[in-house]
Amino acid sequence: MSPSRSIRIVGDLSTLPESASGPRHLVWWGNIGFMVIEGTGFALAAAAYLYLMTQAPAWPPKGDALPGLLWSAIFTIGLLLSAVPNVWVLRCARKKHLSGVRWGTLAMAVIAALLFIPRAFEFAHLGISWHQDAYGSIVWTLLVLHTTHVVTDWFDTVVLGVWLFTHEVGDDQFADVEDNSNYWTFVILCWLPVYALIYWAPRAL
Amino acid sequence: MTADATLIERLDERWRDPPGLRGFLTTVDHKRIAARYIVTALFLMFLAGMLALDMRWQLSVAENTRMSPQLYNESFSLHGSTMLFLVSVPLMEAMAFWLVPLMLGTRNMAFPRLGAFSFWLYFGGVLTLWIAHAIDITPDLGWFEYPPLSGPSYSPGHRADIWAQMITFTEVAALAASVNVAATILKMRPPGMTLTRMPVFLWAMLIASIMTILSMPAVMLVTSMLIADRLVSTHFFSPAGGGDTLLFQHLFWFFGHPEVYIIFVPATGFISSIVETFSRRTLFGHAALVLSMISIGALAFGLWVHHMFAVGLPRLGNDFYTAASMAIALPAGLQIFCWIATIWLGRIRLATPMLWILGFVATFVIGGLSGVMTASAALDLQLTDTYFVVAHLHYVLIGGAIFPLLGAFAYWYPKATGRLMSERWGKVAFVLIVGGFNLGFMPMHFLGLMGMPRRVYTYPPGMGWETLNQVATAGSAIAVAGGLVFVGNALWAYWRGQPAGDDPWGGSTLEWASPSPPPPYNMAHVPVVHGLTPMWDDAGRLDVMDGLRPDRREVLVTSVTDAIPLYRQKSAAPSIWPLLAALAVSAMFIGSIFTPWAIVVGAAPVAATLTGWFWPSRPRSRSGPLGVNA
Repeated sequence: MSPSRSIRIVGDLSTLPESASGPRHLVWWGNIGFMVIEGTGFALAAAAYLYLMTQAPAWPPKGDALPGLLWSAIFTIGLLLSAVPNVWVLRCARKKHLSGVRWGTLAMAVIAALLFIPRAFEFAHLGISWHQDAYGSIVWTLLVLHTTHVVTDWFDTVVLGVWLFTHEVGDDQFADVEDNSNYWTFVILCWLPVYALIYWAPRAL
Repeated sequence: MTADATLIERLDERWRDPPGLRGFLTTVDHKRIAARYIVTALFLMFLAGMLALDMRWQLSVAENTRMSPQLYNESFSLHGSTMLFLVSVPLMEAMAFWLVPLMLGTRNMAFPRLGAFSFWLYFGGVLTLWIAHAIDITPDLGWFEYPPLSGPSYSPGHRADIWAQMITFTEVAALAASVNVAATILKMRPPGMTLTRMPVFLWAMLIASIMTILSMPAVMLVTSMLIADRLVSTHFFSPAGGGDTLLFQHLFWFFGHPEVYIIFVPATGFISSIVETFSRRTLFGHAALVLSMISIGALAFGLWVHHMFAVGLPRLGNDFYTAASMAIALPAGLQIFCWIATIWLGRIRLATPMLWILGFVATFVIGGLSGVMTASAALDLQLTDTYFVVAHLHYVLIGGAIFPLLGAFAYWYPKATGRLMSERWGKVAFVLIVGGFNLGFMPMHFLGLMGMPRRVYTYPPGMGWETLNQVATAGSAIAVAGGLVFVGNALWAYWRGQPAGDDPWGGSTLEWASPSPPPPYNMAHVPVVHGLTPMWDDAGRLDVMDGLRPDRREVLVTSVTDAIPLYRQKSAAPSIWPLLAALAVSAMFIGSIFTPWAIVVGAAPVAATLTGWFWPSRPRSRSGPLGVNA
């Protein structure tokens, strides 16, 4: 089964490392790919919001209450503050600091879980149901999409965190922690335009 | 020298699938996964062809009674949905899955288990649509199901839901495949294959993957909105609740137009490979071809409104999209000229794969010209919803994508199977398919200009449409007969064909350096590339690098622009988890047709199977509070 073409060996790869970090790592690119998919999904949902807004005579439509600002502000501040420990975990991963990534990832799982509380109240204070009108439908869509985002990354963080404690941690695992941190940064960045649309676009008109 | 026998033996042992059913269900070999995609999609193409033939039978005579209006609606909906979502795009992805690692001289895709997951989920989409058809829940509103017709008021029952959810299946599969293909091409190129030395085929697959990543979320979003309108009474598309039906069309075509190019751009990759090999010279205008593809990829996102000229949008909008639609003819034309220049300057060899390319050029140019006609908003208003559009879309999709695909099939068949297809029967199939196709679809231009509307199950006598319809029906039958000859040739060659050897055509790119059929690890060593046509650069010899470990599944990861070796990456072993994860996702998707709670309840098995998928194979920790002490 050997190829008939003759070969000439011109180099040896056995001295190369078995892992890498950041954009040198293959999985980093897979992570970016899924971020682009989800980012496109958010951009299109935002476009749908703006489209419906431009078609409506009033926004929110007459009779609909404005979404509440308190819990969304608490969620937003909490989410922004979570960037601090998140960046710390990222640095630990880059420095291959074992106990730092273990406890830091665990802390991030707890922080994400705590954010579910203001998020639940946000739903309760949207002031509209999804089946009332198109405004309600698109507002709920945006918030459900972002909540799915938070829940998915929270679950990912929990599983990763547990394995960091139970199994050996090598270079590939530090790269995983780095990817997970980058993903949380993406969750934070996605929220800002969504927050502006849900809570401030109706007030701007 | 050649690769040493002990190394081959060790690689074979490491990369071989488990035997029997276990291997079948757990394989992550990109070639096996791609072959499944291809066989499934070709079988579906046969079924869709049968539906087409049945519809042509119905239309061959005025006031024919072979089909009821309902059956006709179901037939064209099933035909269009199958061909667009379950055949064309998946076939192009499958070709990428099969060829990209071979052309890179690497051992597998970047994410092998994601590849397996992608296929199983696609297969779930196939079963969703066709099992629903078997139990008479066939979608009946065309391949794009516009609300309000597809909304809860006008389409009770689950036909529209089946269509919408089949799309979710196939789009998740396509997105997973695209990330995989893009990461493989960007990070797993062999040393020396800088971006400027990357074959046009790989550029085509990279660009199509990026286009998929940027466009498919639109159709997933819009079909999810449709399901929400139908299931939980949202109002996205109901004007009474402040919604807007045109939002559906915008989002659908924001995906739908790039989709056409997601099908066409990979075909340009096939064409470039075949033209190069059978002209026996390096492609003329490599940079021009790549830049054309990139501009087609970008322009494709600015054209979608030309599918909506008839809905009454502002004039300025129509003018912009008319201009943009005509602009895309420039890069497409440039590509054609590059291929013609390559043929002109080379020494052409008219084997079957090359014949398909000539068939493509003639047919696609006709489709392109009718495209320039329909790109004009004023003319389109007259032509929309007539058979002219049916003719145009088949000329561009069949001529532009399926003909190159059949050429690609004939070209790479000996690599995949180790045997040659018969040239004589290949030519018979070519003449029947190209001749039958043109006989079938050319008259539709005239029928359209005479005013025959599309999507009607019959027409009254005395309209003057009967003769042309009968010619079209005869053409379709001839093309289907040609298809059967093509498949028969492939099947016969599989068992009885002449042995092909490693490189029967004198190909230019790296896939021809591996044995035919390629072993599970593809190539024993990592090739080193010095130019655009590595197989022609050092006649008879291949520079390679040694040093990937044979005792574990390992691949080389290189840098994005210059393909400098960076590190050795562990490659995933066979696993049952991608199949289980696909089953869990399928259950969630199917359940969500009936109740929104399926998403909440169904998330648990999805999470569980994904956790199993990534379960660590490394040893238990010896440090920390949960460590096990040695």
